Amino acid sequence: MPYRIFDHTADLGVEVSAASVEELYAAAAFALFDLLTDLSTVRAGISREIVVAGEDPADLLINFLREILYLWNGERFLIKSCSVREVTPQGIKALLRGEFFDTARHGIKAEIKAVTYHRASVCETKKGFVAKVVFDV
Amino acid sequence: MSEKRFRKIDEWRWEIPAEGGMRVPGIIYTSEALMQGMGGDEGPKQVANVAHLPGIVTASLAMPDMHWGYGFPIGGVAAFDMEEGIVSPGGVGYDINCGCRLMATRLHAEEIRDRLQTLVTALFQNIPSGVGSRGALKLSAKDERQVLTEGAAWAVRHGYGSDADLEMTEDNGVMAGADPDKVSDRALERGKDQLGTLGSGNHFLEIEAVEEIFDTAAAAAFGLEKGQICVMIHSGSRGLGYQVCDDYLARMVKHIDEIGIPLPDRQLACARLSSGRGKEYLAAMACAANYAWANRQLLMHRTREVFEEALGISPRELGMRLLYDICHNIAKIETLPVAGKDTRLCVHRKGATRAFPPGHAALPPAYRKAGQPVLIPGDMGSGSYVLAGTQRAFTDTFGSACHGAGRVMSRTRAMKSCRGRSIVREMAQRGVIVMASGKGTLLEEIPEAYKDLDEVVEVVHSAGLSTKVARLRTLGCIKG
Repeated sequence: MPYRIFDHTADLGVEVSAASVEELYAAAAFALFDLLTDLSTVRAGISREIVVAGEDPADLLINFLREILYLWNGERFLIKSCSVREVTPQGIKALLRGEFFDTARHGIKAEIKAVTYHRASVCETKKGFVAKVVFDV
Repeated sequence: MSEKRFRKIDEWRWEIPAEGGMRVPGIIYTSEALMQGMGGDEGPKQVANVAHLPGIVTASLAMPDMHWGYGFPIGGVAAFDMEEGIVSPGGVGYDINCGCRLMATRLHAEEIRDRLQTLVTALFQNIPSGVGSRGALKLSAKDERQVLTEGAAWAVRHGYGSDADLEMTEDNGVMAGADPDKVSDRALERGKDQLGTLGSGNHFLEIEAVEEIFDTAAAAAFGLEKGQICVMIHSGSRGLGYQVCDDYLARMVKHIDEIGIPLPDRQLACARLSSGRGKEYLAAMACAANYAWANRQLLMHRTREVFEEALGISPRELGMRLLYDICHNIAKIETLPVAGKDTRLCVHRKGATRAFPPGHAALPPAYRKAGQPVLIPGDMGSGSYVLAGTQRAFTDTFGSACHGAGRVMSRTRAMKSCRGRSIVREMAQRGVIVMASGKGTLLEEIPEAYKDLDEVVEVVHSAGLSTKVARLRTLGCIKG
């Protein structure tokens, strides 16, 4: 899943694009975890479902990414894959697969402190959807 | 932001005149050289954005290390009226009470020259660092709540330091009004095993030697002399602080309409200081601030032990004492002069250091004549400065000065410029031993990613916001 990093002096900006809204949110989740860890070392042994609410598409994107970042920061759960089941104007339901962190097998590439609201956007384009988000690193 | 919107006030100050929804002007402390290096950086626009917030007093300020952050600029200082004003979690930052702690020793650079590698290795092995690093200490729920209300005193009470350390910590290492009930379960969960850990990114522990003394009287008051070995620690409130910021930002974004004005950036989400949500955030923020002070106290204690073990010397021979500990990501209720009148304000310092003047009651008696020590770390291997706070800072910048060199290059650009280079070797050629747990950290933190520390400090000194006392040179550095 492609994503592009855009320059920001202190932090890390990410832009993702996809044909559908579901794929867009999944691509953003992928970008987050690809930046965090070497995904080839993570196994998809455990499934978890998350449900997140938001005021609008950008708020929903932030809340969704905050929730999955907490799985890592708070519970040490690394995500291998994400499939977005349902997106409504107010909520998102997704199935995540991954495993708990194992120092012997997993390398962490970067610390991501938080998902910020700064410049966060979700836009519909002729080709599909584009989202931007800045991570505090 | 185009340059024509700036109005040069004097050699060190540029004004962004108040226009549109700005309630006050923006004032940037900088130099021609630093201004030129800022091309494309959105910091000035963020200075203007902050000027929109309700209850902002006098001006939205930026220090010479200013650069593009999220919401507030890094290096930003803004003070708010207690009745009309707001508090903004984004204006404090995710790493609540990120700060610096400088310890002085009785050792001289010559005495440890041959054992520097041993010392750096021992520190690297014994000070937990790196992404999500966990400490040796696992706090019970009860202990964690005590840390959140007591701050550095909790660490001292448990044998990690002495009362003298507390005296040399900003606000004695404890912020009043902390209420652990206002901290979420998630934040508490993240805090239970990270006390006494350095973290990653720009956090570090450095062995430094005093290279130059600029002000002999102030240096004597701070107990600094040429060649003396010191240790600088840069760390904060770890995952607990990030979570507190994240939780309250989300809550404030939900009620963003209550502020009554459209915000230029959601990351500026805030609540009135007089509101329930504002008060709750301050109570939770104080908990995170206290966690950070306890964290740096523990890091100092472990450092002291490592020095004694690695060098085989007694605590007396080492003589490690806390010179000062300051926070540079915080919102504090302070009494400061506004148009000549003492006023209670909520001062946001996001990447800015308190710089109180000689004679201020908040200073320990030993420093009351010299002014508050202002600790300015540079980029990796560049050493640090110790300055002293001034009356000018007290009246003009809400008692604040800069906090570091300030980034100029994004992390991705820094990484790219490092291809094929050995940063460890480059540092060694400069006489600095560096050890880091994360491979990427060293690349992201290369010196050219930052502004020139000497230039930044020169602006602060020349503008009279703090005066130079000493410059310290880095000998060894551990990073997360």
